[in-house]
Amino acid sequence: MFRFLIKRVLLGVSTLFAISVTVFALFFMGPADPAASMCGTKQCTPVQHERITTFLELDRPPHEQYASYMRGIFVGRTIGGDSPDAIECPAPCLGINFRTYEQVSTVIGRTMPITFSIVLGGAVLYVLIGTGLGMLSAIKRGSIFDRIASGTALTFASTQIFFIGSVLLLVFVYQTDLLPLPKYVPFTESPLGWLGGMIVPWIALGLINSAQYARLSRAQMIETLSEDFVRTARAKGLAIAPIYFRHALRAAVTPIVTIAGLDIGGQLGGVAITETTFSLNGMGRTAVRAIDEANLPVVMGIVLFSAMFLVLSTIIVDILYSVIDPRVKLGTSGGH
Amino acid sequence: MSTANNPYLQVSNLRVKFETHDGTVKAVDGVTFSVEKGKTLGIVGESGSGKSVTSLAIMGLHNPKSTLLQGEILVDGRNVVGMPDDKLRLLRGRDMAMIFQDPLTALHPFYTIGRQLVEAYRVHHKVTKAVAKKRAIEMLDRVGIPQPQRRFGQYPHEFSGGMRQRAMIAMSLINDPNLLIADEPTTALDVTVQAQILDLLNDLQREFHSAVILITHDLGVVSQVADDVLVMYGGRVAEYGTAQQVMKLPQHPYTWGLLASMPSLRGDPEADLLPIKGNPPSLLNVPPGCVFHPRCRYAMLKGGPCDREVPELLQLRTVDEPGHTVACHLPERQRIETYQEEISSVGVAQ
Ligand SMILES: Nc1ncnc2c1ncn2[C@@H]1O[C@H](COP(=O)(O)OP(=O)(O)OP(=O)(O)O)[C@@H](O)[C@H]1O
Ligand code: SF4
Ligand SMILES: [Mg+2]
Repeated sequence: MFRFLIKRVLLGVSTLFAISVTVFALFFMGPADPAASMCGTKQCTPVQHERITTFLELDRPPHEQYASYMRGIFVGRTIGGDSPDAIECPAPCLGINFRTYEQVSTVIGRTMPITFSIVLGGAVLYVLIGTGLGMLSAIKRGSIFDRIASGTALTFASTQIFFIGSVLLLVFVYQTDLLPLPKYVPFTESPLGWLGGMIVPWIALGLINSAQYARLSRAQMIETLSEDFVRTARAKGLAIAPIYFRHALRAAVTPIVTIAGLDIGGQLGGVAITETTFSLNGMGRTAVRAIDEANLPVVMGIVLFSAMFLVLSTIIVDILYSVIDPRVKLGTSGGH
Repeated sequence: MSTANNPYLQVSNLRVKFETHDGTVKAVDGVTFSVEKGKTLGIVGESGSGKSVTSLAIMGLHNPKSTLLQGEILVDGRNVVGMPDDKLRLLRGRDMAMIFQDPLTALHPFYTIGRQLVEAYRVHHKVTKAVAKKRAIEMLDRVGIPQPQRRFGQYPHEFSGGMRQRAMIAMSLINDPNLLIADEPTTALDVTVQAQILDLLNDLQREFHSAVILITHDLGVVSQVADDVLVMYGGRVAEYGTAQQVMKLPQHPYTWGLLASMPSLRGDPEADLLPIKGNPPSLLNVPPGCVFHPRCRYAMLKGGPCDREVPELLQLRTVDEPGHTVACHLPERQRIETYQEEISSVGVAQ
């Protein structure tokens, strides 16, 4: 276990390192001119342009910029050098937003709870409902319930979040006022406000992703029900409930845990389309905007956090997997 | 042959059909046999002859939605055909139990062996976990698993193939069933442990005095452990009799084919095997007449009844062997002569 963790954390850190180099390289390969985009396209005088460029150290070669970025993360740095407006950025410093001069760590601190609320709340909803419906469909395979559920699942699985989201907003929020307008209220400020502001995005995510989980778990359960050990359970004389729950379900959910873990891990770094649909300024929407503005530090910060969540989720999934399936030994095969 | 008045298991004219996308599969088509307590019936036949389908029908393990069961299966006098599942399940595991071919897939990979045995016992006995655990350890010990206390807490993947099958046997016998069906219990195992498992089953049968059905491809195994033999082909019975009758004077060309293809039964193990040419029939589209006729060397020339009429399972007439029945159109005298002149001389040891 300990060795497994060390190995995976080291692997994760080197992945993050490689990603940071790649993002930097891509940025400098492109025609982006952040200084120009910051001082406004039309009336930017060469003097202003020059000042911004020096302030942000954009005139220095890329590898020096990279080195100072890395130094910032570990020991902190001062941005703006000798300028009187220089910004003190303590470790772990992820740089500053080129536009607003706000520290990137502050940006992430503000946007992360929004994304987490959307993703985690939605995930609870769709994993439980989707998996439950899928399992039920499998048990009642071929019944009217199964047909309706499978048909509905197919419809929603092939729909886009912005479509469902817009329809929900239009019908339940703008036209009828049945559901509150999506907005982010910190949980600590008002738990009810938080819930109300999130309910529409959760429903939208729930509808779309439940469908995928329903299809997946139905297929898994059908496969498991044909396994020899389920036949053995029946041959023992067990009643229906323990056959389904103790024997079939336990085996059928194992792959779903993996997929859900990676899914959630991937979304925690930002769900741009969902956030945009509901005008919530989470990490995803912020990152997309930052790309438009050639706002390298913001992009880099969010990309690194997303990657970190993904790395963490693979580690957690592997640990969970070894808990569920006794045949899996941590570290021997690097997972499953 | 079962001569007692009320054998523990009595299967009469059993038919099993499956509705599939491609049509109706007639997997078992009119099979009759019986097994008494304390006796072993060996069912032999190539792959696809309906052996497993027959045993799953006895256990009531077919999916009722896609399976049509006809005929009668009396377990201790109770007909399990058409019995509602909530009643049938009370017989499963308690009155009749089954051992499957591959113990690795038949045991649940996520639960310890002990937990699976305890569960099997507690389905039918209202006892505490501690009592069930004691019983489980006793059974593990009884089937020859060393250090049963320690093994109790291990998972199936920590057992070797042979030990797993022993655990499976312990689980099937934990409620002391009167009928045990072993469906190719050694096929998935190393040759070296096959004999040990068969010996164990033999011992246990003597001890538990249950009726046993042993399904196998190997007539050699049957000749050693079975009291009666049922030879199945294409979902039907080709030949049925005591092991002695069938081994001494086999009467069906399909049985001859099986005998000739068994290395263990031929006098000269180095001699070439004589496999039966061709493949078993598709049960979606069963050949007319005798199901074996497309592969039978003795099928009567065109115009004979082999490809038109289904041969009835009839008692031998010219020799006094009560209970030895055969389904073949060949005249009995010709069969006996053919066997003595052509088949036994090939070197089938007896
Ligand atoms: N559930 C099912 N649906 C459709 N066909 C089936 C089903 N179960 C079995 N069959 C078919 O019935 C036939 C008999 O199968 P069965 O499993 O009884 O053979 P077997 O004699 O046990 O062979 P083996 O030695 O390979 O175990 C096969 O052709 C098989 O494809
Ligand atoms: S009935 Fe005809 S085809 Fe069938 S086994 Fe006898 S001789 Fe062969
Ligand atoms: Mg079989």
